Amino acid sequence: MSALLETRDLTVSVGGHVVCRDLNLSLAAGERLAILGRNGAGKSTLLSVLAGLRSADVGEVRLGGETYAALGPRAAAKRRGWLAQRHSDAFASTVLETALTGRHPHLGRWDWESKRDTEIARGALQAVGLAELEERDVQTLSGGERQRLAIATLLTQAAPLYLLDEPLAHLDLNHQIAILDLFAGAAQDCHAGLVMVLHEPGLADRYCDRALLVHGDGRCELGACRELLTAERLGSLYGHPLKEVVSDGRRWFIPV
Amino acid sequence: MRELRLPRALAGFACGGLLALAGALMQVLLRNPLADPYVLGISGGAGVGAMFAILLGLSAAGLNFLAFAGALSAMLIVFGLAHGDGAWTQTRLLLTGVIVAAGCGALVALMLSIAPEHKLRGMLFWLMGDLSQAGTPWIALAVLVAALVASVPFARELNLLARGHDTAQSLGVDVRRLRYTVYAIASLVTAMAVTSAGSIGFVGLIVPHLVRLAIGNDQRLLLPASVLAGGALLTFADTLARTVVAPQQLPVGVLTALIGVPVFLFLLARHRQ
Repeated sequence: MSALLETRDLTVSVGGHVVCRDLNLSLAAGERLAILGRNGAGKSTLLSVLAGLRSADVGEVRLGGETYAALGPRAAAKRRGWLAQRHSDAFASTVLETALTGRHPHLGRWDWESKRDTEIARGALQAVGLAELEERDVQTLSGGERQRLAIATLLTQAAPLYLLDEPLAHLDLNHQIAILDLFAGAAQDCHAGLVMVLHEPGLADRYCDRALLVHGDGRCELGACRELLTAERLGSLYGHPLKEVVSDGRRWFIPV
Repeated sequence: MRELRLPRALAGFACGGLLALAGALMQVLLRNPLADPYVLGISGGAGVGAMFAILLGLSAAGLNFLAFAGALSAMLIVFGLAHGDGAWTQTRLLLTGVIVAAGCGALVALMLSIAPEHKLRGMLFWLMGDLSQAGTPWIALAVLVAALVASVPFARELNLLARGHDTAQSLGVDVRRLRYTVYAIASLVTAMAVTSAGSIGFVGLIVPHLVRLAIGNDQRLLLPASVLAGGALLTFADTLARTVVAPQQLPVGVLTALIGVPVFLFLLARHRQ
């Protein structure tokens, strides 16, 4: 079986600077990859190329062996879900209606959302702790609630590959861990693939198998978290010395 | 009755429906609740064509032809300029449209200022929107039905487009194609409405909002409901325009605003509670 996500000699640049050069990456079912790097290094740009929302300079991205161009947007939406970094709502809409938009790729042109679709959306809202708010207007939600709603929409979409741009943005600590547990569970139980842009190397180490360090000058390092994530390497990645601390068998990296 | 009133009522309904449909589509296309059918300069282009036709003393058919040609030119200019380097963002499109509209406004003002006295009244009526010049309503009605039939299949995709370009794309919408389609439909619909009745203001901006307050923002319901509500509002306003100070007729565009503003403010105030 071909990999959920695969890049071949991928070169991506944004605003005149190269994000990655000749990146070859392959993500199998159940694998979890963290993307780490400084602000402005191009993590989000790279993720949106992986999501097929931007085109690469050179090289290609394949989902299950097929390019986005060959798949078309609808088939692609059944294979990968993408969590945006920012959510803006120009018009009023309820929380449930918003979660239901995730069913779009599964519906035909003339179909309306069925009872089953509503159940799926309700289940997703339940999973992120928004079941009580399903009638609320999205424009009245707090930042953290809006973020969890976007995650619920992604769960409703039910694609086997999740591409998450800062999934922890706006979330409190308890929700951060709950959301990461949720996606880790999806990877383990449903063999979902996971690519997340994260800002906390300790959480990357805890929740991901591999990491991709984006240095911002075209250099990218890919490897297993255990080996790749060292205080020295992360220090040079972020441009600030870090110290590794181990607590209960978990590694954390704190600024010196 | 059949020869005079019915065609005019139908023309009113068709124009109201066209404007409301165009407004609803533009608001989604630009993701801006303040967008109306005229924001991208289409009515400005039609206005330039119509004023020129009146200045030349052309017949009604000539006026309609030049107005439609003006609307299409404005549409192509805005599209061509905003399309430029491929980055077809909402802001770029909106700004291009606003600038083209401003240019058209200046040309209209120029023609008004050099127009002979006896033509001014006709020109002003056209600019404010006037159904008495509307010819046979069947073309406008046919365009209305065709546009609604063409846009309803995209309604669920429009729901997603309203939530943002990338979000829609990631959920399986071919955003590029959808935007071109919506832009073309909304522009042609506006051009048709403006050609047959001048630039009647307000219907295209307010009716989609009225309907949204009543039934929510699902385009599958919003588009047909806006057509009905827009048609009804304009027919009603035109009846008043003909009768309030009969035998003198008022420009219907003034009446739509006079009716629409209090209704809208009332609904908005009620909605807040």
